[in-house]
Amino acid sequence: MNCQQAKPLLDPYADGELEAAAILELEQHFQSCSACGIAWRNLQSLKKALKQDSLYFVAPDALRQRIKSELPSPPRPIPERWSWNWNWLTTMMSGLAAACLALLLTVTLTRRSSEQPLAQEVVSNHIRSLMANHVMDVVSTDQHTVKPWFNGKLDFSPPVKNLAEQDFPLIGGRLDYIGGHSVAALIFQRHKHIINLFIWPAKENNSKPASPASLQGYNVIHWSEAGMTFWTVSDLNEKELMEFVQDFATGETLKP
Amino acid sequence: MDERERLELYEQKVLPHLDAAYNLARWLAGNDHDAQDVAQEANLRAFRFFGSFRGENARAWLLSIVRNTFYTWLHKNRPSNTIAINEGILEIEDISVSGEAVNPPFADADAVRRAIAELPVEFREIVILREMEGFSYKEIADLADVPIGTVMSRLARARKLLQKSLTREFNPGDQ
Repeated sequence: MNCQQAKPLLDPYADGELEAAAILELEQHFQSCSACGIAWRNLQSLKKALKQDSLYFVAPDALRQRIKSELPSPPRPIPERWSWNWNWLTTMMSGLAAACLALLLTVTLTRRSSEQPLAQEVVSNHIRSLMANHVMDVVSTDQHTVKPWFNGKLDFSPPVKNLAEQDFPLIGGRLDYIGGHSVAALIFQRHKHIINLFIWPAKENNSKPASPASLQGYNVIHWSEAGMTFWTVSDLNEKELMEFVQDFATGETLKP
Repeated sequence: MDERERLELYEQKVLPHLDAAYNLARWLAGNDHDAQDVAQEANLRAFRFFGSFRGENARAWLLSIVRNTFYTWLHKNRPSNTIAINEGILEIEDISVSGEAVNPPFADADAVRRAIAELPVEFREIVILREMEGFSYKEIADLADVPIGTVMSRLARARKLLQKSLTREFNPGDQ
């Protein structure tokens, strides 16, 4: 291979788009040709320069908000058009039926089967918190800051723990709204994965954390303890999320 | 798929790529105000056409819409800028980049930013898609609707131009 042949291969080589045979020949050429070797190193330093994080423009919050506000709002699955025809009537009837059914379900369903929509809500809140760039209301890695922050905002006092030693550092807290009531959201992190832990009082018996349910690619774990219900959600893998739950259960609680 | 499912799927698949959409729009339009307009309009279109999304790469799908939206916007607002570039112009003059010395690492982000901004827009978009988004030649070709050969030649040309302007920045006495 000579320089003439080597030159057009440099870019595909740098981009990982060169086939194995050509790579071999090119690398051999580099050993005998310092000019191409230098061109190759220059190309690499250019590629590195272009990948600097600071060159990447992050969407401003205002844009994020505007785009979200343009989408139809989620909790209103209203049919697109209302008109005087059978469609209308069927919609009406099915709406009524659905309402009756919903009422019936709320009253009679066992805890187990009522978990599914709640899990969905938990996942949706998690996604929304990431999307709106509104993960935290109080940003602190200090449980002594996060816990008092909830005082006066909630009618209960959620257990707050920092699991930094277990490599799940607490990064903040937030107020959220799930299942018709205000809940505490604690935010933890493992590497780049955000973990939301939702806590609210519940009149249910203690239950052990069940193995993670997977919803829309997120893992969700639910358990109850000492009159509180816990839902945690993250894109973290099942194993590590389970680890988080165990660490949280055994971690030291900060007493009020 | 009802409206609610559609919205949920859209929020889950497409909205996470809003940064990528804005970044591309920002590099193409050259300023924040126009970039926000383009990204917002692209998002509206994307939601409207979400039915045509077949579950392939959502980021590539959204960025192709951003790109189209940008060119429509450019045509409407800056008609003088839409003269198609003549690839030949850059083919004739072989841009020679110093082959003797290893360039210093181009760490100065401002200089790199200026150099990218100076590129013709058709070159600039390929650089963004390749270096910042990490798309393959094939993906870029599909996304920008040009042959792979064009992607490769534009990318190689763009890099030569970038190296040239950055080398000039670092060694002002040489030129």
